[in-house]
Amino acid sequence: MLHTVNKSPYQSDALTTCFGLAQPGSAVLLFEDGIYAAMNNTKFSGAVVVAQQCCTIYVLEPDLQARGFDSDCIMNAIQTIDYDGFVSLVEANPVVQAW
Amino acid sequence: MYVNRRAPHGTIYGHEGLEVVLVGAAFDQEVSMAFVGDGVFQLKQAQDTSGIGTKNFAGAYRALADYDVTRLYVETESLEERGLTVGDLMPLTYEDEEDNDQEKSSITLIDRASLGQLFEAQDVILNF
Repeated sequence: MLHTVNKSPYQSDALTTCFGLAQPGSAVLLFEDGIYAAMNNTKFSGAVVVAQQCCTIYVLEPDLQARGFDSDCIMNAIQTIDYDGFVSLVEANPVVQAW
Repeated sequence: MYVNRRAPHGTIYGHEGLEVVLVGAAFDQEVSMAFVGDGVFQLKQAQDTSGIGTKNFAGAYRALADYDVTRLYVETESLEERGLTVGDLMPLTYEDEEDNDQEKSSITLIDRASLGQLFEAQDVILNF
């Protein structure tokens, strides 16, 4: 399953709830204001590390750039993808849950 | 005082809030801004919205000094919680006419307790 999170983790519990329910092997895409969860040295970094043990986490690069960040700012093992990559994730996952 | 609490681009609040600040300042109101919580992301440098096809209003923050909006308070705790430092923010400055036009930073870091007290000193607070 592909989980998409577009809300800031500081303003919404979408990310935390998603991480709590996502099953091993899931993909989690952070986009729009969801990208702030991907940054180094935040209070969510620990939760992201734990989630990475069972899920693959992606972040949408155009949304990083819009907010003044680049791939150097984000945690190791989070993969940056573009819109084509987003489409590929949707193709690869028959079910998408938009948080 | 205008209080910014939300990140840019994901919602319209930040953009609308900045527009209202510029309008207020154009009518000679005495305006200051506070950036709290996700609001600190409004001031992140190097924002480039070309990839998401929206207007990049971040550049308009540089116009604030021309409207005599030179007091931008950024809450220290909000920066730290988000892994940011003041060096990650846009270098916003103004020329101080009362001090030989010296270039000074418009951004003032302020801790949570002091910001709470600063709120108490305001006549009007609008929260975006």
